Amino acid sequence: MSAILLQVIVSGLLIGAVYALFSSGLTLIWGMMNVINFAHGDFVMLAMYTAFIVWTAFGGGPAAAVPIAAIILATIGVLSYLLLVRHIMRGPMLAQILGTFGLALLLRYSAFWYFGANFKTLPDDILGSPFVIGSIRIDAPRLLAGAVGLLVTLMLHLLLTRSALGSRMLAVSEDATAAQLMGIRPERMQAMAWALAAGSTGIAGALIATFFYTSPTVGETLAIVAFVTVAFGGFGSVPGALVAGLLIGVIEGLSAFLIGPVYKDVVVYILFVLVLWTRPQGLMGKA
Amino acid sequence: MLSRLFSLAAVLMAFAVMSDAVGQQTVKVGAIYPLSGNAASAGNYSKAAIELAVEIVNNDHPELKDLPLAAGSGLPGFGGAKIDVVFADNQGTPAAGQNQALRLITEEKVVALIGAYQSGITVTTSAMAERHGVPFVNPESVAANLTERGFKWFFRATPVAGDFARAYSDFLKEQKAAGQKVSSIAIVNENTEYGNSVASVIRELFAKEGHNVTQVIPYSANTTDVQPQVLQLKEKNPDVVIFISYTSDAILYAKTMKDLNWKPAIMIADNAGFNDPSFVSTSGTLVEGLVNRSSFAPGKSGTLSALVNDLYKKKTNVDLDDASARAMQGMLILADAINRAGSTEAAKIQAALRATDLKANQVVTGYNGVKFDEKGQNILASSLITQMQGGKYVPVWPKDKAAGELKLPYKGW
Repeated sequence: MSAILLQVIVSGLLIGAVYALFSSGLTLIWGMMNVINFAHGDFVMLAMYTAFIVWTAFGGGPAAAVPIAAIILATIGVLSYLLLVRHIMRGPMLAQILGTFGLALLLRYSAFWYFGANFKTLPDDILGSPFVIGSIRIDAPRLLAGAVGLLVTLMLHLLLTRSALGSRMLAVSEDATAAQLMGIRPERMQAMAWALAAGSTGIAGALIATFFYTSPTVGETLAIVAFVTVAFGGFGSVPGALVAGLLIGVIEGLSAFLIGPVYKDVVVYILFVLVLWTRPQGLMGKA
Repeated sequence: MLSRLFSLAAVLMAFAVMSDAVGQQTVKVGAIYPLSGNAASAGNYSKAAIELAVEIVNNDHPELKDLPLAAGSGLPGFGGAKIDVVFADNQGTPAAGQNQALRLITEEKVVALIGAYQSGITVTTSAMAERHGVPFVNPESVAANLTERGFKWFFRATPVAGDFARAYSDFLKEQKAAGQKVSSIAIVNENTEYGNSVASVIRELFAKEGHNVTQVIPYSANTTDVQPQVLQLKEKNPDVVIFISYTSDAILYAKTMKDLNWKPAIMIADNAGFNDPSFVSTSGTLVEGLVNRSSFAPGKSGTLSALVNDLYKKKTNVDLDDASARAMQGMLILADAINRAGSTEAAKIQAALRATDLKANQVVTGYNGVKFDEKGQNILASSLITQMQGGKYVPVWPKDKAAGELKLPYKGW
């Protein structure tokens, strides 16, 4: 295999891990509450601006920005749940869709108003120079984002499947009334789910900001990938988002390199349709 | 109580009558730009430039004496009428642009339209204007086919793809003669109307002129990752790359080329994203030596372009960039035509636009003047070649308009 092809695969894996990272919050909300959060991309956008502010205000790198963004976004997540989602969940499906979509527009245009339409970027060498192994270059910000992406998905998965809190959250997602009879407070668990999902989105955004541009509409660009990743991997499945993210990253990279960049979406969507055809629940979703 | 109300009403009515008598007419013009979406940054700079043009026309600016309508306030040919611009957001999509054009024409009743930045959106918005018989001034879209549609209401002030292609070709020939290697050329273009048409015009001309285009990479501007494109370049390793990109993708290319450590000997950017002030501020230091085209250079202090640039800088804190300067020029052309028409009647404005005859010293951009042919194309439009030097674009070619020395090869970061 030529060195350049190997680089394509490595680059694809890195960007794929990042896709997984910012998709896990979206899939988590769905798994817990059967709500599609259309504001997900704009949560990522807010986290990216947080990283930017942390840098311009006191020169803080990702080590400072990641926890700060996680806390701020978790708070925004809980607030979104308490002020909006909790109420619209009682309404019809359409109200839920339009509700979070409205939230997306509110966040996006607030960002336009407050930050302006300008693109912002963090300094290119904020994490030092790329690692070079032979002729393969591994960009430090993407590597960090990818590694943290793996870690966060793993931790979310363990939390949901191996902890008491996770069991309680899953109980609420399966049958809120029965869970309530067992002494679990559904609203508290759901607020917790929003905090976790938005918090992990905060981590994702702060890391993506180290190698991507930040603008009020960046959430739109990223959200499309997140939705495909989540549907591909199976709605509600955190490991599914991971596998799907990596797959999409590599497939995109290879098809763009070998066939041409304009065809990469075609290839990804054909595979996507094939997967949904044979497994409507996605790669690792519950049937 | 009742009498009080009456007196209040009387006062209000008196005001209404007075303002009718004293206040001049306003002429409503619609401007369609990407105020949100991926090109929002460039769109908002263009909006500021158009606002400045209107401010110059509506108020007294004796210091800009060569610029028509700058001295004195309002439109003298129209009883001192003022221009009122209604901005609409094309959201970066042809469909939204078309809807906004319809709204401006039918609901806001604008007398003319200006816009719409992206060529693909200018296609749909100008078609709407054509259908309703409303004059449309396009200051910046360069896709070749825009003036090939037989439209009667469409006027384009900017130089077009053919002009740039010619400039790039002559520029490269000169570099070849000077000993630079230019034997393989790659073209990387975003795949909407703008990128596709400019790329194909360049390919056609380059084939005729004996330049060897070895690689063409179309891609979607709204992308999350450009690593594969840069790796395709790295594999073939061309001497020259021409990028035809919008802002978000331009930023990603600048970053990714550094990450993957690849650069050509000559890197050319076809304006657009690479000229956006927010590209220059975020990525200017990653593309030292980048060759670009521009129709605007502030020039020496005291010149018309420098004075206008000062006004713009006061308003926005950044220098007037090429696309915004062209937007501003478009608005000035339209104002001049409405002034000469002395009317809000569409046909009269159209006739005035056809009769436009501005000289080189009467325009803010570096055009040789403004004069439209029967297709609506400005035949006096021109552009020069600039180079990124120390975080700023400096005119370097042709030599008689240069303000700095061309430095090759491309340095990058």
